[in-house]
Amino acid sequence: MTTVSNATPWGEFWAGARQTVPLIFGAIPFGIIFGTLAQSSGLSFAGAMGMSVIVFAGSSQFIALGLLAAGTPMGMIVLTTWVVNLRHLLYAVSLVPYIKHLNQGWKLPLGFWLTDENFMVAIQRYRQGDLSRHKHWFQLGSALAMYTSWQLCTLIGLTVGQTMPNAAGWGLDFAMVATFIGMVVPYLSSRPMVATVVVSGIGAVVARGLPHQLGLMVAAIAGIVTGMLVENHLEQTHV
Amino acid sequence: MFNPDEVLLLGGMTLVTFLIRYPVLAMSDRITLPPRLLQALNYVPPAVLMAIVVPAVLVTDDGLWLAPTNPRLVGALVALGMGLWKKNLLITILVGMGTFLFWQSFVGG
Repeated sequence: MTTVSNATPWGEFWAGARQTVPLIFGAIPFGIIFGTLAQSSGLSFAGAMGMSVIVFAGSSQFIALGLLAAGTPMGMIVLTTWVVNLRHLLYAVSLVPYIKHLNQGWKLPLGFWLTDENFMVAIQRYRQGDLSRHKHWFQLGSALAMYTSWQLCTLIGLTVGQTMPNAAGWGLDFAMVATFIGMVVPYLSSRPMVATVVVSGIGAVVARGLPHQLGLMVAAIAGIVTGMLVENHLEQTHV
Repeated sequence: MFNPDEVLLLGGMTLVTFLIRYPVLAMSDRITLPPRLLQALNYVPPAVLMAIVVPAVLVTDDGLWLAPTNPRLVGALVALGMGLWKKNLLITILVGMGTFLFWQSFVGG
């Protein structure tokens, strides 16, 4: 990763966009499949496109499709969306120390565009030791790259994807799994982090039966607490 | 274009999502996080990523699929190994995806 401490705003912006390119690769199949499945799930063309444009939250968009197809009441779909996206609250809190000095003209769009991919890339940049005052431009560049590509993929799915036989059945959504694994790897450098991923991974499987995908949050928090406990324990035994 | 039900659905989903993402950022200049919480937040990225990945790899409609015939499991393990070895995100994604597709077509699936 390149670290330039006297980076210009646009330098940061383009670095953020570039850094997001691999994650876009991982999200392309996901976005296309969303567009492909949308109309057979009962969403109109405009409804599917609109969902990507104004909700902009991949996994909850997918889950909404599944629930729509199953005839789930609207209030239930909105509630599930809320639970599925609760993890973004952890992201927002993590960003507090780094964006608190910005004005609302920045915070509002950065909030709207806060996704898994955007957060993972941005938090890495914020935590680098250099003193660039323009790291929020990095986050913005990453966000816009992600947003633009998500809209394009939705559109491709809605148009080209429709004409491919059973495109959703090819399992291409696995690209997202591979992407997230690639993003976890850099964290596996300490014992507390390893403890975190083991507990949250196993926890998510154990808690998968909880309603509205609540298991994700439960597992993530269990993993976070475990990491802290191991870290504190190691500190005490080594001092 | 839109039907009224869709407008409600999109409006609801947009509202709840935005109300998770934005308010903490909006108030961030008035928030001071205690050191404990700051420490905990270091663990957020890997914890959330793994909580998404592991069920996506192992859980099917019929329960857990813990066998070498599971193409997602094989693809995930190869991606993990590749990530640890090459430390390059794009290579990790491409090799993991390639392994998954190969396994799905020719071995398990």
